[in-house]
Amino acid sequence: MLFRPNPSLGVPIYLQLMEQVKHAVETGALRPGDQLPGIRPLAEELVINPNTVAKAYRELEHDGVIELRHGAGAFVTAHGARGKAADTVRAAQPVVAAAVERLRARGLTDEEIRRLFEAELAGLTRTGGQRG
Amino acid sequence: MADAPVIDVAGLQKRYGSIDAVRGLDLQVPRGSIFGFLGRNGAGKTTTIKVLLGMTRPSGGAARVFGLAADAPGASVEIRRRTGFVSEDKELYDFMTVAEIVRFTAPFFPRWRRDLEERYMRSFELPPDAKVKTLSRGTRTKLALLLALCRGAELLVLDEPTAGLDPAAAEDVLQTLVVHAGRDETTVFFSSHQIAEVEQIADRIAIVDRGRTALAGALDDLRESFRRVQLVFDREAPQASFRAAGVARVRRQGRVLTVIASGGAEPILDEARALGPVSVDVGPVTLKEIFLETVASEE
Repeated sequence: MLFRPNPSLGVPIYLQLMEQVKHAVETGALRPGDQLPGIRPLAEELVINPNTVAKAYRELEHDGVIELRHGAGAFVTAHGARGKAADTVRAAQPVVAAAVERLRARGLTDEEIRRLFEAELAGLTRTGGQRG
Repeated sequence: MADAPVIDVAGLQKRYGSIDAVRGLDLQVPRGSIFGFLGRNGAGKTTTIKVLLGMTRPSGGAARVFGLAADAPGASVEIRRRTGFVSEDKELYDFMTVAEIVRFTAPFFPRWRRDLEERYMRSFELPPDAKVKTLSRGTRTKLALLLALCRGAELLVLDEPTAGLDPAAAEDVLQTLVVHAGRDETTVFFSSHQIAEVEQIADRIAIVDRGRTALAGALDDLRESFRRVQLVFDREAPQASFRAAGVARVRRQGRVLTVIASGGAEPILDEARALGPVSVDVGPVTLKEIFLETVASEE
């Protein structure tokens, strides 16, 4: 199974599902033109709410990752897989690798680095910046 | 156009003698949703369900199902005709066999779904010739669910449907609810004190505590709006009271001050920083924590 959201994480299930679809596209597990499972079959397989799957698919379409063809289902778009997601993310990897390496050189543990990234993503430092 | 809610409860009260079982409960259940009705044992869940189905009369407030006042004359019959109900005890005629109770129930419902009956007899592996009283708890629940589903109901009301079931049987029940919710506009309303199953399949929830609705909304919205902000100090954490709205709880523990915010972390971050912590962490709050905070906060 490609997707496996965890309802107990505290993160909305539709966001988890979106991340997992994007990840599958980035790694090439899903390629342009590939069809995603239908909303109901996927909801039934994962035993989650069909509205949750529908919401994830709508947002993924909005982000250009998939295309919803009426009556036919959901398909990975050409540019969703290639242009944005895959290449940009791959190009960003050395940036992250360099940052992680420098932090390790300063003696930070991986756990500390992970927490710093999460705090940054949670917008803590951003809010601080706006204030100043 | 927004549909009228299938279940609409406002200020519901129910008093048994000197006991207030329900003390001002509000509920709006939209059509097609899977609605998790969450609360501790004795919070008023079963009483509310009984009022909805016209099995007991409210002492105050209003309860409407399909737009019908549940305590109006004749409404109960109409509501129960259109509702599949699985009670907490899965009340069934114990002296009948599985096949007999299905044959006995079907003629009461003109929209009886023979196709579903056959499908669930097979997939639930119900033994047609076994007496109902000999069934395991899981099998009994599945039989009750079959009888509720096959009547072609537009609303399913289930009181603690998975109580006492092993994990495999519970998952079967949840999956069946997922399959039916939203299809033909079927609405599922189920009570539970199992937080994990509610967060797995519900799109909307209400947390009821001591007869009142303590919290209600779309589960995704609640997950996105609740945040834990943890402040660490280089000294004993200070006594803090926040002016910002949406502070559900503040807890001091040694050098750590934990704030549960119900309206996102942003509104309280400035005040939090003004306290001079050495670190500020923001994280998600699970439904279990939301539940515990909500239910504990009145104490």
